[in-house]
Amino acid sequence: MNHISFINLAYIVSCALFAFGLKFLASPETARKGNWLSALGMLIAVIATLTSHEIISFQWILIGMIIGSILGALVAFRAAMTQMPEMIALLHGFGALASVFVDWSAYHSHRPDTIVVTTALYLSILIGGVTFTGSGIAWGKLSERLSGKPILFPGQMWINIAALAFVLALAVPFFMHPAYYPVFLAILGISFLLGILTVIPIGGADMPVVISVLNSYSGLVACTTGFVINNVLLIVVGSLVGANGIILSYIMCKAMNRSLGNVLFGAFAASKKKKAVGEKKEAKSASIEDAYLVLEAAHSVVVVPGYGLAVAQAQHAIRELGELLEKNGAEVRYAIHPVAGRMPGHMNVLLAEANVPYDQLVEMENINPIMDTVDVCIVIGANDTVNPAALHDKTSPIYGMPIVETFRARTVFVIKRSMASGFAGIENELFYYDNTRMIFGDAKDVAQKLVAEFKAK
Amino acid sequence: MPEQIIPFIYLLYVLVLSVFLGFALINRVPPLLHTPLMSEANAICGIIIVGALVAAGSLDAHSPFTIFLGVSAVALATFNLVGGYLVTERMLKMFKSKSSSQGAKGEKK
Repeated sequence: MNHISFINLAYIVSCALFAFGLKFLASPETARKGNWLSALGMLIAVIATLTSHEIISFQWILIGMIIGSILGALVAFRAAMTQMPEMIALLHGFGALASVFVDWSAYHSHRPDTIVVTTALYLSILIGGVTFTGSGIAWGKLSERLSGKPILFPGQMWINIAALAFVLALAVPFFMHPAYYPVFLAILGISFLLGILTVIPIGGADMPVVISVLNSYSGLVACTTGFVINNVLLIVVGSLVGANGIILSYIMCKAMNRSLGNVLFGAFAASKKKKAVGEKKEAKSASIEDAYLVLEAAHSVVVVPGYGLAVAQAQHAIRELGELLEKNGAEVRYAIHPVAGRMPGHMNVLLAEANVPYDQLVEMENINPIMDTVDVCIVIGANDTVNPAALHDKTSPIYGMPIVETFRARTVFVIKRSMASGFAGIENELFYYDNTRMIFGDAKDVAQKLVAEFKAK
Repeated sequence: MPEQIIPFIYLLYVLVLSVFLGFALINRVPPLLHTPLMSEANAICGIIIVGALVAAGSLDAHSPFTIFLGVSAVALATFNLVGGYLVTERMLKMFKSKSSSQGAKGEKK
């Protein structure tokens, strides 16, 4: 058996371990085992590659690996759970940039000589460039280094279209003279620009979709790089990651009842304020004591968290409240809307961090059918995902979006700082329902006061 | 670059079948674990390191520029896989079921 067959055999083992890793993610009980298996697969792949005869010097490899490991471990241990979305965006960006560098280095030492490699290279630097800068912008927005609001300027659409057309047109000279360096650099440069341009007009609440799409791009880049350097392992893993991103994007879009195109290119701002519709109703507010009395008598309580929970860091206070309610004999559940937060599964991670057992976390589809039997819903930091207008108001920009149907519960408490509207700039009908009571204040503050109330009695 | 070129058509087979495999596996992951799923995906995306290792260590890497590209690629890919796996592990460790969290009540913070 020659050495190349040996390396490829090791790669097959790695592929199988990666597949098992994902398979075990199907349940929280086996997920950790899956993660370790997957890491083992990675280790096997790295070691097998290092034995390759193509690699003749190790000092640079060692330097790169040490830097990468130290920084990676530092960031992984220091990132708070509320910062997970930006961490993921950062990883997307770095993965894409690594692929671009591998492509570049392949191009630098070996100009493409077949149409397959040229095509793969073109796609790879295009998607890789877009993913890198796009993830950078997403990271900036998620970590609030950049404004979370859509950044719009006149003629933006045309600039985007022009940049896209230009980079597509560059394919012609690139395919005709693949060895001509300036064209390669131009494609890369415009791809970087394109990544920035496409993500800046997208607002914070649409980030779950953007992250999912970038995830699938980063898989795609690994795939095309696999074609460039003729590596099967990259193609397998790239496809797995690409499929992951596609599925998540689909789920996120469905949960907002919008098409992918609409999220990426629609700049929600276009559906301006179509406000001031007739009867101005009064929202009723409740004091902490009122809320306590209702909660104290409740048999089933559903907490509906949203991004505001993460902002206020209220997850621990809410968990404490949940435990007290349980001690008081109530059944406590947490209803999670698929797009609550800034990335898929964001709320689940936050609540798990606060020690909420995962069997209390219920998906939207499973909580809605039993909503009529719920005594109290506590809406905390969520807005558009509980707006009943989405169900019946055809003129509403969020019409058709599935919501957590909190209004069907006997009482709804909405913990909110003020009456300001949510991301979409839409008035929330829920606040004016007869069974709704507003509790004004910071989410964490209110939760802590309720906890104190419970403890005092 | 490799001594033995795998024909394009075989790579295409692998691509198509892997996409189906990916869809089959990932459709079974519950929304509860979507964030760890994503960081796991980031981690395995670090597989680009196998390309980066060759770029950084091969005979072709003689000019300062190729060394720069190779080392950066290795560092970025390592960052991805180390960071990705560790952060996934950190998250997954927090997911506890009712029974197991009841047992570990004492060590809450």
